[in-house]
Amino acid sequence: MTGSSALIEMQDISKVYRMGETKVLALNGVSLSIEEGEYVAIVGTSGSGKSTLMNIIGLLDSPTEGAFAIRGQRASGLTGRQLADLRNREIGFVFQQFNLLARAPAWRQVELPLFYADVARGESRRRAVETLAQVGLAERADHRPEELSGGQQQRVAIARALVNRPSLLLADEPTGALDTRTGEEVMALFEKLHEEGLTLVIITHDREVAERARRVITMRDGVIISDSGGTAVAARSGRNGLSEAARSPLPQPIAIDHAEGKIYEAG
Amino acid sequence: MKLVRYFPVAVDSITANKMRAGLTMLGIIIGVAAVLSILGVGRGASADILDEVASQGTTRLTISPSTESEGEGAGAPVQTLTMGDVRALFDPAFHPDVVEVVPQFTGNIQLVAGSSNKQTRVTGTTADYAGVHRLEMAEGRFLTEDEIARMSNVIVIGTAVATDLFERTQVVGESVRINGEPFTIVGVLEESGNAGFGSNDDSGFIPIGAAHGRIFNVPRYRGDYTVTSISANAVSEERVEAAELQIEQTLRLRRGLGAHDDNDFTISTQASLLDTIGAVTSTLTLLLSSIAAISLVVGGIGIMNIMLVSVTERTREIGLRKALGAHTSDVLLQFLIESLVLTLLGGLIGIAISYGLALLVQRIPNFPIDILIGVDALILAVGVSAGCGLIFGLYPAMRATRLDPIEALRYE
Ligand SMILES: Nc1ncnc2c1ncn2[C@@H]1O[C@H](COP(=O)(O)OP(=O)(O)O)[C@@H](O)[C@H]1O
Ligand SMILES: [Mg+2]
Repeated sequence: MTGSSALIEMQDISKVYRMGETKVLALNGVSLSIEEGEYVAIVGTSGSGKSTLMNIIGLLDSPTEGAFAIRGQRASGLTGRQLADLRNREIGFVFQQFNLLARAPAWRQVELPLFYADVARGESRRRAVETLAQVGLAERADHRPEELSGGQQQRVAIARALVNRPSLLLADEPTGALDTRTGEEVMALFEKLHEEGLTLVIITHDREVAERARRVITMRDGVIISDSGGTAVAARSGRNGLSEAARSPLPQPIAIDHAEGKIYEAG
Repeated sequence: MKLVRYFPVAVDSITANKMRAGLTMLGIIIGVAAVLSILGVGRGASADILDEVASQGTTRLTISPSTESEGEGAGAPVQTLTMGDVRALFDPAFHPDVVEVVPQFTGNIQLVAGSSNKQTRVTGTTADYAGVHRLEMAEGRFLTEDEIARMSNVIVIGTAVATDLFERTQVVGESVRINGEPFTIVGVLEESGNAGFGSNDDSGFIPIGAAHGRIFNVPRYRGDYTVTSISANAVSEERVEAAELQIEQTLRLRRGLGAHDDNDFTISTQASLLDTIGAVTSTLTLLLSSIAAISLVVGGIGIMNIMLVSVTERTREIGLRKALGAHTSDVLLQFLIESLVLTLLGGLIGIAISYGLALLVQRIPNFPIDILIGVDALILAVGVSAGCGLIFGLYPAMRATRLDPIEALRYE
């Protein structure tokens, strides 16, 4: 691990949501570094700040405090236009609710990021169809969402996230709306993509889903309570201690070895 | 160019909800169809009238008495235009540019033939009337110089008078009674077809002497019979103005009007008539089309309304597009072009409807109006509907750009 190769670097990130008088501290001093090629699962109870963290990583949201950098570039100085271009080029999003456009054929869905990347029409269609083939939907390019099963719809969404060849794929509970078997299929697809070199960050509730990841980050109340690098081998050491980890939604023997994930000064 | 690529996006989202799109366009469709039809009717009507006026010659001058401006008889014509004026205007030495002078005394009176009768507009005049007013004969001839001189009991009638009294138009030689006096019909006028401007179908013409002396109880002024109006012809179109001045001079002298006195008569030329008609029709058209334009504004507000609903309904879509890398300008253009396409489509349908209406009206025989839709009106309609789309689509599009992608993606 070298500082220059880190894809994502976060230092003491806090996020406060204000709703009238009340303030919600969604993230409370999170520091994190993700290297290129990693497969990271973020787990934690509902409301622990996973989605907030992912929105910041995905440049959809900005932290209230702390430094965030992608490929060594600080996000805080960027304009909305630059952020949009970075999202378009570097990041692919997969959501729990697929978020497909109603009534548009699959290839049109997948083409969308290329439209905003100013890729010519013929070229973008070709690449969309190609990417659909990559997720096993070569035959379904002209099908509309209502003609596809839930698993197929999520695979269209994954193709859409992949089509502009991002450095990082972010998935927020991608199997949450799928039954176990189709969820398995989608996870197998992620596995395959990771083997092909894609950096993956997946938020999940599902223990089995998390077990597939090489690194599991557990969150609670806006802080990272455990972070396991490398394998899912149980270990009983770590900054956050066993007792806290035991209360995480992932029971033993998962996780808790705290990788020596060095935090670099961003920017 | 990227701008072009928003159009299929707009068409997609419009076809995704055809019913709503149709209802949205309705306001624009009705507005554009109304404006175009009204402009077309205005143009058709003024073209008709101008044709009519032009067909009556452009050298004619008409002298009529002014109306009383005050006192009990306000609004009634001043009774000072007389046969004496007519005789004076005949003098070519003072009126070198005036070639024909025709007196007219017109009144409404009953014509009787057998058991039929008809209230008719009867004009006492001279033989030159037919030439100055370009009358065409269907049967017989117009009044002759000799009949005028003899004040003969002869009459020329319009076709409507002939058919009402005799149920046919070949009535030369028949006789009608006016005030108990028999008048021999010597001619029947060509039917003018429309019941409107300049039609003589309901008229009768008799020698001026007979009208003055026997038929009407004509008031006199300084010993001469008064007339309703005097028509004259200028030698050429270029000399109309000179002829007008010559006539004005004579009439002012005969009335002893001082340098600061107003005329008690008016001289109108065909040119001034054309001007007046043009002004009246364009004012009318403007008035009516501004009423129709209000419906366009209402239609535009409808568009704005639906676009706002559409933005709200598609909050998730907007959030998604932003997450995938859409710039603010991309979102703005997408929604602006969507409302532009909606209103342009509505405008085109409105144009088609007004054209259909114009064709329909053309096919109805004897329909009094024509709808003429000019290219300028078409360009106006397209421009206005595009403008409506851009103006009324701007606010909803700006609302869309202001959506926070995270909120939008959370939106249920
Ligand atoms: N837009 C928001 N406004 C106010 N509070 C929010 C907002 N988004 C998230 N929160 C709050 O922040 C905390 C973390 O939320 P989130 O990141 O969605 O958690 P998770 O994804 O782990 O369930 C929760 O308490 C949630 O209610
Ligand atoms: Mg969440």
